[in-house]
Amino acid sequence: MADIRNNFVGIKSPNPFWLASAPPTDKAYNVIRAFKAGWGGVVWKTLGEEGPPVVNVNGPRYGAIWGADRRLLGLNNIELITDRDLQVNLREIKQVKKDWPDRAIVVSLMVPCVEDAWKAILPVVEETEADGIELNFGCPHGMSERGMGAAVGQVPEYIEMVVRWCKQNTRMPVITKLTPNITDVRKPARAALSGGTDAVSLINTINSITGVDLDSFAPQPTIDGKGSHGGYCGPAVKPIAMNMVAEIARDPETRGLPISGIGGITTWRDAAEFMALGAGNVQVCTAAMTYGFKIVQEMVAGLENWMDEKGHASLDDIVGRATPNVTDWQYLNLNYVAKAHIDQDACIKCGRCHIACEDTSHQAITSMVDGKRHFEVIEAECVGCNLCVNVCPVENCITMEPLAAGAMDQRTGKPVSPVYANWTTHPNNPMAKVAAE
Amino acid sequence: MATGHFKEGIAGGRLSSEQYADNFSDLHPPLDHHEALVESDRCYFCYDAPCMNACPTSIDIPLFIRQISTGNPIGSAKTIFDQNILGGMCARVCPTETLCEEVCVREVAEGKPVQIGRLQRYATDVAMSENKQFYPRPEPTGRSVAVVGAGPAGLAAAHRLARHGHDVTILEARPKAGGLNEYGIAAYKSVDNFAQAEVDYVTSIGGIEIQNGKALGRDYQLSDLIRNYDAVFLGMGLGGVNALRADGEDADGVTNAVEFIAELRQASDLSGLPVGRRVVVIGGGMTAIDAAVQSKLLGAEEVTICYRRGQEHMNASGFEQDLAAANGVTIRHWLQPKRVIAEGGKVSGIELEYTAMNGDKLAGTGEMLMLVADQVFKAIGQSFVPAALNGSGASIELEAGRIKVDAEGRTSLAKVWAGGDCIFGGDDLTVSAVAQGRDAAESINRALTSNGRA
Repeated sequence: MADIRNNFVGIKSPNPFWLASAPPTDKAYNVIRAFKAGWGGVVWKTLGEEGPPVVNVNGPRYGAIWGADRRLLGLNNIELITDRDLQVNLREIKQVKKDWPDRAIVVSLMVPCVEDAWKAILPVVEETEADGIELNFGCPHGMSERGMGAAVGQVPEYIEMVVRWCKQNTRMPVITKLTPNITDVRKPARAALSGGTDAVSLINTINSITGVDLDSFAPQPTIDGKGSHGGYCGPAVKPIAMNMVAEIARDPETRGLPISGIGGITTWRDAAEFMALGAGNVQVCTAAMTYGFKIVQEMVAGLENWMDEKGHASLDDIVGRATPNVTDWQYLNLNYVAKAHIDQDACIKCGRCHIACEDTSHQAITSMVDGKRHFEVIEAECVGCNLCVNVCPVENCITMEPLAAGAMDQRTGKPVSPVYANWTTHPNNPMAKVAAE
Repeated sequence: MATGHFKEGIAGGRLSSEQYADNFSDLHPPLDHHEALVESDRCYFCYDAPCMNACPTSIDIPLFIRQISTGNPIGSAKTIFDQNILGGMCARVCPTETLCEEVCVREVAEGKPVQIGRLQRYATDVAMSENKQFYPRPEPTGRSVAVVGAGPAGLAAAHRLARHGHDVTILEARPKAGGLNEYGIAAYKSVDNFAQAEVDYVTSIGGIEIQNGKALGRDYQLSDLIRNYDAVFLGMGLGGVNALRADGEDADGVTNAVEFIAELRQASDLSGLPVGRRVVVIGGGMTAIDAAVQSKLLGAEEVTICYRRGQEHMNASGFEQDLAAANGVTIRHWLQPKRVIAEGGKVSGIELEYTAMNGDKLAGTGEMLMLVADQVFKAIGQSFVPAALNGSGASIELEAGRIKVDAEGRTSLAKVWAGGDCIFGGDDLTVSAVAQGRDAAESINRALTSNGRA
């Protein structure tokens, strides 16, 4: 049986599934329910400094987009950090950690960008015996207007500065949570590392407007006729998050920096993909907010079953396994040739491959052969773009079949070269590196 | 439970009033908004969609379904009505399982087609409930067209002619317009007086006058129409009912299924509608199924359909046969009626002979079967009655007993077009009648105008 116990920067949990800092981890009641359901850890919803708590809008706080049958695909929220009293939160954290010693409790923090504010809060959190802290440099709404959250996360120098203050003032591991609302996620990650962070977590939510009410012309979610960009999360953001995780994992400057992966993780498979790209564990929020805490049972069992099936004994066997395969476009093998192939037995003749190719690609799929409705790839036209595979409603009906070395590529009229060759040496590249004479 | 169930003979009041209401409620309840969104999402928006090609009126089905899925049911309804102004009724009565839904790629792939008929009903219901009219009546052209019969073909022709600015007079023999939509469809397929609502919707474009109680050959002659109108469209359907060719079929209790169905549709109180305790229906088409199922729903204890050929030869679709079976109707094959048995002038049973194929001919085997019955329905097809056409003037050319038309619906007589069940080549479907009426109207418009101008 695969061992899925997790050790993330020294923080141990029975599985790699943590709940992210968010509404589900705002108080003991929810966190206890999560632990009972089987979650390996939580990042307690972000605490602010001592004093009158923040206030939230009085609804709505969330917006969403849906797929068919109202399947929630993306969620947006404008809720701020915890609006409960700091001392109440600290008391509850301490009690829950005492009652659930085997689970990870990390405390998310966001205080003003001055050293004294951090110096003040770190010891009181430490006193709860929580396992670590996560610096909320990502929250894109509300708090960022006050110079916190994403306002810090968007300035690498600030990140480095605050991380350094924290490392100097606490023994607890520091996880720096990054905002995706930047152009190059490697810069804040490098800054966090320079400041001495133990890990980064990403992504926080993405600036978004989920919709516009076309009667009132108000953005959604709508508060008294107005709306503000909120943080987008859920399945829709997963591809964006995975790329950012991979960028940090493969960046020579941050290679080896532990990453807690966040962003649309809904199933064990999502989690496995994040971990393969370099995440040491994962954090989940929207999926729990959509379906409740029970989903962790599917995640745990699914991950274990997959690892058993593939012979992966522990998480170390899967973390980062896909990272080396993420590369720059210029290093992709231009001598690799694949052609679409349509399985005629599986084809239901909807014709979507044809019209996609005909209207928007390379005119490489028939619609009619010998007077019959028939969809077939014209290899001499197929560039192997994969669009037909993506639009086909039948799984595995259209597949991309690589041509073996030496086989004739009917499109180019040339045999497939067995040699790897990329853009850096391609004759069409004016910057091509030519071997010295 | 009402005890009327076991009353001997042909009697009404077999069920409680709740049972009548329940039995004759909507066969396919309408999709609600969410159901319509979910179902519309199942559509793959096929290229050159097979469903569209299977529709006799060529409705752009993928487009109207996509319009539902994007929250535009009004636009969806227009897509439907552009091709088929009776899209509301067709959504209810089309045998979709042998037309659009049969060729839906999801039927082919999973045996579970997109429910095109129910989606079409959803969109058309929205538009009709808002009385959304899509087609403005243009300036009248001054041309007038007579339409004989206010059935699907006549209504479709009239609407299309009115859209082109022509004045239309529909002459209808029956007290109400609608034709088979009003008189010939099983009650549970068209509830809430939908047929009349649709007639009102179609005619509200303006320029269409319906005169009821006007029968061709009785109240006026074809030659009158040719003289008084610029063009004539014949859409009077089929007036005759084929005979059983069994001894004693004039006994009390032997009824035409089409009359029974019409009577049922017009009944204000179903409990007052008498039906036999043991009913035998002779025939194998939709009418046989409609009569049999409705007999059962009216409380008949035992209903048997007898068809002279095999299951695979039945005109009724598989869905309709299953519907009959699910309602407790027994369908028996390879039986032809020989003799109606009567006691005191009233039907008491029917004697049938088993049949078999003898080479490519159907023949009796000599083996007989007796079924006890107090009511026998004839549902072995209808026939065209040409007599009404020939009251005066030149006679119209027929083919296999029905009116001969060319591809545009032109008959052998100048100025006269025809469509629907009365023409040769019709397939007894509402949707085909609509297509023929529509296309004949376009042909008439071309004949009455030059380059589309009067």
